[in-house]
Amino acid sequence: MAKVIEGLYYSESHEYVKVEGNIGIIGITDYAQKALGNVVYVDMPEVDDEVEAGAEFGAVESVKAASDLYSPVSGTVVEVNEALEDAPELINQDAYANWIIKVEMSDESELENLMDAAAYEAFCEKEGH
Amino acid sequence: MNNKLYGNLIFELSKEGRIGYSLPGNNFGNYEIPTSMCRAEDAALPECDELTVVRHYTNLSNNNFGVDTGFYPLGSCTMKYNPKINEEMAALPQFQNLHPEQPAETMKGAEKLISILEHHLCELTGLAHFTFKPYAGAHGELTGLMVIDNYHRSRGDLQRKKVIVPDSAHGTNPASAAVCGLEIIEVKSQADGTVDLEDLKRLVEQEKDNIAAMMMTNPNTLGLFEKSIPEIATLIHDCGGLMYYDGANLNPMLGVCRPGDMGFDVMHINLHKTFSTPHGGGGPGSGPVGVREGLQEFFPFVSPYNGNFAVMMRAFAYILSLGKEYVKKVGPLATLNANYIKESLKDVYELPIDTMCCHEFVFDGLKDKSTGVTTMDVAKRLLDYGYHAPTIYFPLLFHESLMIEPTENESKETLDAFIAVMRKIAEEAKTNPDEVKSAPHNTPIGRVDDVLAAKHPVTTYRQLKAEL
Repeated sequence: MAKVIEGLYYSESHEYVKVEGNIGIIGITDYAQKALGNVVYVDMPEVDDEVEAGAEFGAVESVKAASDLYSPVSGTVVEVNEALEDAPELINQDAYANWIIKVEMSDESELENLMDAAAYEAFCEKEGH
Repeated sequence: MNNKLYGNLIFELSKEGRIGYSLPGNNFGNYEIPTSMCRAEDAALPECDELTVVRHYTNLSNNNFGVDTGFYPLGSCTMKYNPKINEEMAALPQFQNLHPEQPAETMKGAEKLISILEHHLCELTGLAHFTFKPYAGAHGELTGLMVIDNYHRSRGDLQRKKVIVPDSAHGTNPASAAVCGLEIIEVKSQADGTVDLEDLKRLVEQEKDNIAAMMMTNPNTLGLFEKSIPEIATLIHDCGGLMYYDGANLNPMLGVCRPGDMGFDVMHINLHKTFSTPHGGGGPGSGPVGVREGLQEFFPFVSPYNGNFAVMMRAFAYILSLGKEYVKKVGPLATLNANYIKESLKDVYELPIDTMCCHEFVFDGLKDKSTGVTTMDVAKRLLDYGYHAPTIYFPLLFHESLMIEPTENESKETLDAFIAVMRKIAEEAKTNPDEVKSAPHNTPIGRVDDVLAAKHPVTTYRQLKAEL
């Protein structure tokens, strides 16, 4: 069973946001890393890039497929997880500890469009194993 | 086979100073080559005698797997048999030795061949004109989209830059549209894998005057026939867009129905798939593009030459060998073979959409997921039994996709033997999962580390040597 953490916000495209003040810490969920399999490359934006809720901001490549990353919230990128450049497999080890980008959110009300842990768990259940 | 020695890299077989040839003396004097154009050091070429070279490459070729050596159910790729008469025809010296730059009046035969082939393709697809310039499928897609873009531009309809693509589409569709400078919008699939008409209506309503085209493959990537094509075509045409048919899955329709009759305006054909020419390993392909009457003036300039002519000759030979009578059997037999395998295995492999398929179908891994044996493991284990693996992890609609396309060529005995092996692997997954998870065991190279290969590819001998 994929791990889901209480207190985070989840998108239907399997990204999570952890909120710290007005900073959104964005990564992919444990369900997503399991479905992707061994991650071999993470394509990330640069600091100061703008991201838009629902729009693509990068991609995760695994041995199975390349999957676009969609930002759950809008804002400005303030930090990218540089450790993933050399060690993308960190995402497989712990998808929640190894976030991808930190975003200064421009519209915190967007969080309301996302799922909480219980809703996300039910969503994954519906999507299948 | 002596893979141990001759299976080494040709560089490893190299002996300094060994020469496999002797050149005649130079009777023409020396050329002065400007030093700026000379190598600073000798090229790192292997030095071997002829016999070593022959043994090395013959051994390598023995490790190759092709449709001539065994069953090749690689979904989405239509690995049908390539009859030997195709090769004989393509090797006719009158054609083989043509040069694309020789005077046009000396190439009347080749021209005639292309024009008869065009006539046949028009008959089979219901379209009016074909260009043979595209060198392969994706090149055909790009050419076809350029036709569509040129058409809209010619009418001053400049804002039509959006292409609707189903979320189950081949990755080349959005890629070709992007290369053509067009924007992609995805339309959702319904639970049965076909286009969600409601979602499409919403997109059409929303984007109306911006829609350049809708790209579809039919049957879709799950091997399911899109039943709503006439409605989809009407929706798109009514808002001013064109319908593009990705010919990747043309095989099951061959001789049964035609894209032109379904409302498609532009399409490409993968001659190397549907019309039986050798492919895999990167080519050579041929991706002629067909259009409805009136669109031929928008064919773009994509090449000064007529594509891969020898591939067209093989396709031409194939069409003539089948003739009108037998070409009609291609689609139905491909469909029958796929359904036969699907029905024979669906009690042990997960069939997410239990319905009649066309030329191919997709399992979502083993039915019993408790063993931890994945689609990758099943595919690797098939190699142990002498089969080419099916397509895996595509389409992305399921987590454990395993896509099987047998083509029309295979006998019932071949299909039964394959089914038996697939059942055996499903059984092994329960009784001896480790054996399956560590497969293949009977191939020259065992389970490769695909993560390392993706993260750190070593592609040249120099790189290998530097890292040893």
